[in-house]
Amino acid sequence: MAEGDVSKYRMVVIGGSAGSLDSILKIVAAVQEAVDVAFVVVVHRGKSGDSILTDLLSSQTKLVVKEVEDKELILPGTIYIAPPDYHLLLENEYTFSLDASEKVHYSRPSIDVTFESAALVYGPALVGVLLSGANADGAVGLKNIADAGGFTIAQQPATAEVGYMPQQAINLTKVSVILEGEDIGIFLKTLLK
Amino acid sequence: MENSVKDEELDLLLDELFRSYGYDFTNYARASLKRRVSRLMIIDRFPSFAELLYRVRQDPAYLTRMVEELTVNVTEMFRDPQVFKTIREEVLPILATHPFIRIWHAGCATGEEVYSMAILLDEANLLHKSLLYATDLNPTAIENIRKGVFPISEMKQYSENYILSGGKHDFSKYYTAKYNWAKFDDRLKAKMIVATHNLVSDRSFNEFVLIFCRNVLIYFDKYLQDNVLTLFDDSLEKLGFLVLGSKENLRFSPIARKFKQLENRERIWRKVM
Ligand SMILES: C[S@@+](CC[C@H](N)C(=O)[O-])C[C@H]1O[C@@H](n2cnc3c(N)ncnc32)[C@H](O)[C@@H]1O
Repeated sequence: MAEGDVSKYRMVVIGGSAGSLDSILKIVAAVQEAVDVAFVVVVHRGKSGDSILTDLLSSQTKLVVKEVEDKELILPGTIYIAPPDYHLLLENEYTFSLDASEKVHYSRPSIDVTFESAALVYGPALVGVLLSGANADGAVGLKNIADAGGFTIAQQPATAEVGYMPQQAINLTKVSVILEGEDIGIFLKTLLK
Repeated sequence: MENSVKDEELDLLLDELFRSYGYDFTNYARASLKRRVSRLMIIDRFPSFAELLYRVRQDPAYLTRMVEELTVNVTEMFRDPQVFKTIREEVLPILATHPFIRIWHAGCATGEEVYSMAILLDEANLLHKSLLYATDLNPTAIENIRKGVFPISEMKQYSENYILSGGKHDFSKYYTAKYNWAKFDDRLKAKMIVATHNLVSDRSFNEFVLIFCRNVLIYFDKYLQDNVLTLFDDSLEKLGFLVLGSKENLRFSPIARKFKQLENRERIWRKVM
């Protein structure tokens, strides 16, 4: 296989608030052929440890969907969900670590924390997607991804459920593309080919 | 990420902490450590990593703060109330048949977990024959256990947790409010033994029927997790119980085959062999 036939991206991190669920479902449905890539979803949500989010995402994709367990090995073709009430970090040896330290932007899991950590490990092989939300979480993280040479996508604030979060990122850094929520999945599908 | 600590820098710091002070953080989960160091550099306004390292080398008094900030000390009373409910309903009736109940809270931070357990024992009429060993790496944190004071602002949340754990009383009967602090009943403290203990370097020091170690192992790498779980196995009597944090597991550890998780899937295991 010639160089360029394979996407250089190996990890996609997606962050949003509860209101971004629709976009997330569309994304996971669109990327199900991307078996060489791992996905991490960080959603702001309540403390309770129910499995609704995992079940919802599973229903949309052939890829494995699971809530992260501490020190779990990161495998391609898998969609990992950050568990409620823990920050999700990535280690150099491609495992996850959980961390129950102080909230960041009133959030745990915090999108910034996961994005920054993923940028350190994956650098240019990382794609960051920041969706709808009402606080500034994720903006610095998306900048970290851009600074490390990764590809960054912000949801179009004007048409997002709540545009504040992606707008903060756009103000802070030059994101690679700004897309409508419903177009992100198709775009990723091509990017990851 | 300009202010993020590099791997080589972290190595230098860990090396210094070990050589000069005997604290071994090398097998901690690095991603979390890096965040802690970066955070400390911001809070204590170090313009560069070199200056942080210089401070650690020159100022032994700064070590206490360093250790405090490298580790995560976030805790609460009756954290994960369902676990305490299970302990009330399934563990305490078994412990009640013992002449003497020795419990170890490893990595108990400022003691919220220990006081929660003492309250449970008190309500089951078992406190008089119990001893709670409260240990942590961090000397400042455990000092608070001796004081028995917690922020009054947390009491609403703790009282809700207490009810969810199956508590039937008015939670405020356990403390007296003084300015911004809730001072807990000395009767609870009377059954606690407080000491520093480092899970990395210190050994087993007694045999227990119940060991808590919650939200400590997630900060360790797999190797250190396995070592510490073995230490717990060595410190637990047969048919004793081990309680871990809500995202911690002994499933893939060397001691797994000796333990059986309780039916309701709470993070409580019984040593069956
Ligand atoms: C997040 S707190 C957990 C408190 C309580 N068990 C709970 O679950 O709420 C973690 C504690 O582990 C302690 N710790 C970290 N490394 C340790 C070690 N090597 N030995 C003993 N305690 C340690 C820290 O000082 C901190 O107080």
